[in-house]
Amino acid sequence: MSVRRSFSEGGWPRLRPLLLAIAFPLALLAIWHFATVNRPASLIPPPYDVWLELRDLAFGGINDDAYSKTLHIHLLASIARVYGGFVLALAAALPLGMLIGRVPLVRQLVDPTIQILRPVPVTAWLPLAMIIFGLGPRSAFFLVFLGAFYPILVNTIFGVRSVEPRLFEAASMLGCTGTAQFFRVVLPAALPSIFTGMRLSLGFAWVVIVVGEMTGVQTGLGAIIMEARQLSRTEIVISGMIVIGIFGFLSDQLVMLIGRRLLAWSPSHG
Amino acid sequence: MAEAAIPILEMKNVGKTYAQGGRAIEALRGANLRVKKGEFICLIGASGCGKSTLLRLAAGFESTTSGDNLMWGVPIAGPGPSRGMVFQDYGLFPWLNVRDNIGFGPKSRGRARVEIRETVDRFIELVGLQDFADVYPHQLSGGMKQRVAIARVLANDAEVVLMDEPFGALDAMTRERLQDELVEIWSRTGLTVLFVTHSIEEAIFLGDRVVVMSPGPGRIDNEYLIDLPRPRDIASREFNEWRRLLSSQLHSHHARKAG
Repeated sequence: MSVRRSFSEGGWPRLRPLLLAIAFPLALLAIWHFATVNRPASLIPPPYDVWLELRDLAFGGINDDAYSKTLHIHLLASIARVYGGFVLALAAALPLGMLIGRVPLVRQLVDPTIQILRPVPVTAWLPLAMIIFGLGPRSAFFLVFLGAFYPILVNTIFGVRSVEPRLFEAASMLGCTGTAQFFRVVLPAALPSIFTGMRLSLGFAWVVIVVGEMTGVQTGLGAIIMEARQLSRTEIVISGMIVIGIFGFLSDQLVMLIGRRLLAWSPSHG
Repeated sequence: MAEAAIPILEMKNVGKTYAQGGRAIEALRGANLRVKKGEFICLIGASGCGKSTLLRLAAGFESTTSGDNLMWGVPIAGPGPSRGMVFQDYGLFPWLNVRDNIGFGPKSRGRARVEIRETVDRFIELVGLQDFADVYPHQLSGGMKQRVAIARVLANDAEVVLMDEPFGALDAMTRERLQDELVEIWSRTGLTVLFVTHSIEEAIFLGDRVVVMSPGPGRIDNEYLIDLPRPRDIASREFNEWRRLLSSQLHSHHARKAG
């Protein structure tokens, strides 16, 4: 018994998920490598070329072209748009969601419109955004905002509407009534749902960033991906994809970390 | 007249009818009840007898269809801190720890931080949860949750505590302990308690007065002054006589209804 336990507390069970998580991408990498290496006709560059490009983008000293050592500029530009659009979406969707969820008049007034606008894909908004906001970062910002807006809105409405009626009774008999209930009951009770919405929405903001940066902006990961595509620099395209993947993942981890702290009270989150 | 003559709670010929799915359901008809300050009243009866409705009317969660529903002679217009409710399903705020759940009422009423802290400490100690002050509700047992719910109402200066089958979901051991503690707190604080239960034994053990209600439509049938000395011994002959009497009272309704 004690032998078994010491075995199970040892390195293997902790190492196992890590190894499994690495095994799959390694296999993909191997397939990619053998399918592309030493084939000049291949339109897809082998992994090693992408690795070199990635290093050149980040630190320079390999190709010394227009893209060398520019990664931080594009990354920062994209991060600013992702988080900027996200924060803007949060600022708009959270109060609106709470009002739609709790005030029948607001719900009847705006909910049908929102339900019709919601299925319209962000890509479909692209031409209109460029007409309204012009070429450049403002259109990108708007599209990221749009992509991040609905997940927060929908989850906030859901969270706010599913607050246990009992909690309103408890609050009112303790002397908490009217708008105070909004902040002391509705908001905290809906927080787990709101948080789910925020997580989805931030993920979506990273998805939308490439489309958003198709609006003719000069910088951003999306911008260099689109530009490199036209120049047939596929290794830059893949490098951009990898960077988006990594930073999207890191930003999700960050949100989860904050969530675990904030929602320690919730049996399903803490 | 002296103030003592005005009952803390009074219902005069109170009726309550709900509309449910297009049908009117008469939950309570012609209820008369006078509760003096400091009394412990138990409401008992079969399901559908209107005992919970009566309690919710006293809390102000519902309004009467007819009759007068008064506290200190003034009509009850809505829920308020003077009448605290303890629910069977606790109704604690899951995002607040024990301390903040108990402090919720005082904070809502704009009490000073120091005062809230002092109040909360006092009532945490009263219900014996000193070691659980920073714990969230989902980490507590049912008995502990109900202690928090009681402390929360007391910390908010409730004059009347309304309890809707508060111990119904607890195991027998915990239930007995909480009954003892409730009587202890009640006798020390001079609270007025309105306690809904479906257990005859619980009603006799706790109540100064037991109000027996019956369904179809819900109404008050009878009141019994339980004159047993406290602490009450549930194994005593007198206790058993009360149990028999109330039991036959409750069962005669069923017989009458069936007949």
